Amino acid sequence: MSHKELNLKLKVWRQKNANTSGAFKTYELNGISEEMSFLEMLDVLNEKLITEGGEPVAFDHDCREGICGMCSLYIDGKPHGPWQANTTCQLHMRAFKDGDTITIEPWRANSFPIVKDLTVDRSAFDRIIQAGGYVSVNTGNAVDGNSLPIEKEKADEAFASAMCIGCGACVAACKNSSAMLFLSAKVSHLALLPQGAPERKSRVLNMVAQMDKEGFGSCTNTGACEAACPKEISIANIARLNKEYLGASLTSE
Amino acid sequence: MLNAKIPAGQLDDKWVDYKGHCKLVNPANKRKMEVIVVGTGLAGASAAASLGEMGYKVKAFCFQDSPRRAHSIAAQGGINAAKNYQNDGDSVFRLFYDTIKGGDYRAREANVHRLAEVSTNIIDQCVAQGVPFAREYGGLLSNRSFGGTQVQRTFYAAGQTGQQLLIGAYQALERQVALGNVQMFARHEMLDVVKVDGAAKGIIARNLVTGELERHFGYAVLLCTGGYGNVFYLSTNAMGSNVTAAWKAHKQGAYFANPCFTQIHPTCIPVSGDHQSKLTLMSESLRNDGRIWVPKAKGDTRKPNDIPEEERDYYLERRYPAFGNLVPRDVASRAAKERCDAGYGVGTSKQAVYLDYAAAIERYGKTEVSKKGLGNVSHDEIIALGKEVVKEKYGNLFDMYAKITGENPYEVPMRIYPAVHYTMGGLWVDYELQTTVPGLYALGEANFSDHGANRLGASALMQGLADGYFVIPYTLGNNLADEIYNAPIPTTHPAFEAAEKAVADRINTLKNINGKQSVESFHKRLGKIIWDKCGMARNAEGLKQAIAEVQALKKEFWSDVRIPGEINEFNPELDKANRVADFIELGELMCVDALNREESCGGHFREEYQTPDGEALRDDEKFMYVAAWEAKADHEWQLHKEELKYDVIKPSQRNYK
Repeated sequence: MSHKELNLKLKVWRQKNANTSGAFKTYELNGISEEMSFLEMLDVLNEKLITEGGEPVAFDHDCREGICGMCSLYIDGKPHGPWQANTTCQLHMRAFKDGDTITIEPWRANSFPIVKDLTVDRSAFDRIIQAGGYVSVNTGNAVDGNSLPIEKEKADEAFASAMCIGCGACVAACKNSSAMLFLSAKVSHLALLPQGAPERKSRVLNMVAQMDKEGFGSCTNTGACEAACPKEISIANIARLNKEYLGASLTSE
Repeated sequence: MLNAKIPAGQLDDKWVDYKGHCKLVNPANKRKMEVIVVGTGLAGASAAASLGEMGYKVKAFCFQDSPRRAHSIAAQGGINAAKNYQNDGDSVFRLFYDTIKGGDYRAREANVHRLAEVSTNIIDQCVAQGVPFAREYGGLLSNRSFGGTQVQRTFYAAGQTGQQLLIGAYQALERQVALGNVQMFARHEMLDVVKVDGAAKGIIARNLVTGELERHFGYAVLLCTGGYGNVFYLSTNAMGSNVTAAWKAHKQGAYFANPCFTQIHPTCIPVSGDHQSKLTLMSESLRNDGRIWVPKAKGDTRKPNDIPEEERDYYLERRYPAFGNLVPRDVASRAAKERCDAGYGVGTSKQAVYLDYAAAIERYGKTEVSKKGLGNVSHDEIIALGKEVVKEKYGNLFDMYAKITGENPYEVPMRIYPAVHYTMGGLWVDYELQTTVPGLYALGEANFSDHGANRLGASALMQGLADGYFVIPYTLGNNLADEIYNAPIPTTHPAFEAAEKAVADRINTLKNINGKQSVESFHKRLGKIIWDKCGMARNAEGLKQAIAEVQALKKEFWSDVRIPGEINEFNPELDKANRVADFIELGELMCVDALNREESCGGHFREEYQTPDGEALRDDEKFMYVAAWEAKADHEWQLHKEELKYDVIKPSQRNYK
């Protein structure tokens, strides 16, 4: 098996920290194997920058197998790059052609301030969960796991919503920087299960209030979030969220 | 001789008796007691949440941007529990027995029995939190078998069990954050343990965004910081997974137990080139249906589908007719290495074997034909039907393989090779999960206690959550009950000052080396030494060489590493340098431990100690002990032993023929 090598031009967003302004810098990178992952290509760039006495590009990443949600990157105008249902760490250089210019930016959203270069602060997501994204059950409270049968279809649906990795691609893809897909995935996951029922109303009201407080924009149903989601979280979750929110607003005092 | 403080009494009464008699801290006092939890994976998040619920004032730390990112999230297969929902004869004793045997008789009976006892509570707790486990059509929880056990005791959420369990623990943790019981410090890394009068009373942490050092007091410090598999550079661990917290604890007096016990997982995607940064696991469940083979001829360069059936060597089926492709992880990994070393490997690197689904696809296809009563259909139609079934069962794994390799595993056999996956060794802890430093605890993969020399599939998640949800809430109270008479120690105490200064000095030293080589390049070289000489097979000569090589590498690192950027800013290269410096020291200790253990057991295979047909040869006479190492000076350790006593189980030779 022989593998092609690519010569690339990278336009990378560089920004020292949250208090300075940033700009694109262009780098040439040659001999990149198409077998590499996108982040391994950035590793090569960083190794080159370090040996030349420069400063490496800071970007978030951890598991590199598409599940931790830490990697981000807006690649050629798309969150997580050109492949569908994919995270940046699972994007491979096969997706690009020799001679390509690749533009790499951080997530752009007021609620995700830049930490450095391509790294942003997504702690707003944690605060939305703190507002109600849980079931209030202390350790030791639980009854037998099989004491409460749950329809398989419901359980599967809840799982599909719970698959969200909290990466923030939905926010980055949205022209309004709305966090509705993220929020709705959590509200749906817990609303679909009987364990989530007792706090169903307060949960949705509190989480939406927190989302607004964090400064995320509103949803105008363009569907860009769903298209960018690496876990294919469905926009139907947003419809369910709206229903839950409306129901809770009308019936709670 | 180390005292593990195992309670007296019959094995199945020990934990019950302990819980009935341990000391308690009254609620008013708990509110005054600060506890530090480092790491927010399954062990850390579950501990922090539970202790917060109980009323302790918890400070939790993680190096990632959110506690939800911890690497427990990547566990695929499932979590074991002795529920016996399938009525197939499972019990606490059977889970206990399988775990001890799977660990090749190098784990502590009392701990493992407790693990099996609380396993059932874990499932209940997670269900109550809303963890969406897989269910049957009747609405009840579904189980599958895993890792060659004879019962179905594994609970799962598709191929994302770790993710769902961690999200459950994370949500419980965030609830306590909202209630003010837990204070969360994300993007913080623990860089030292602070000891006062010999006991752990706090930590020095570095804020990774600003670079500032912080002092944090706690009546106890819980390390839930995972394993050290990244010492090999290439592993299935996350890029940030590191040994630093555990290693700092070790340098402060905590013994490090069985560091050479590492698990090499047989089914991972092979290395594709020098650029490789990590390896990806393909769930063990693939061995349920796939057949593993290499060509019978050395250096055969034909494409796999061009090699006829009679010219293929299904070496696992040949060597282990009873278990075939389902032998335990350590056995399967070694067999793959043996074939590749002998020159039968496949792919560009020749460091791979085939995992073939052609037979399974055909078998499933035929079953579909008869299920649907289709009668006479063509071979192509059978294959198409079979592919549908395989897609349903393993689709996400096949997709992942296709993304990474660019090959279609439905058409061409997958190439796999073993990769470092888990570390059974870790900080030595007693029955209460306390290290040899009073007040300092280790939970989850960070400790050594439950898996012996080899971990069974779906047991890591179980242990992490057992330690955090159901063990530490009792054992911590038992020790903190006496602490209520002691006032909190202000962080202006000289011990904090000295510890902070030592950390700052070390960072300055590192930064001022201003050498020529990147941190990453050192890490890669370390990984190669350890993989080649302290990997799937070890021998005395190689280990001695490795020790010398690692020592030389350490010297070179401290004189020629280059760390760009500043200390007081977000600087991932500096974070990495701190971690790699510790990995280098750990690497040496792993080799020292592997050299000391003159036997083969579980994941530790010493080439000098094998049966005539190449199987691991244990030496219970001389090595039925936990090797716990005390750091004495640079390159110098003292061995302490904890004898393993098997009161209930009779150790025997594992046989999978």
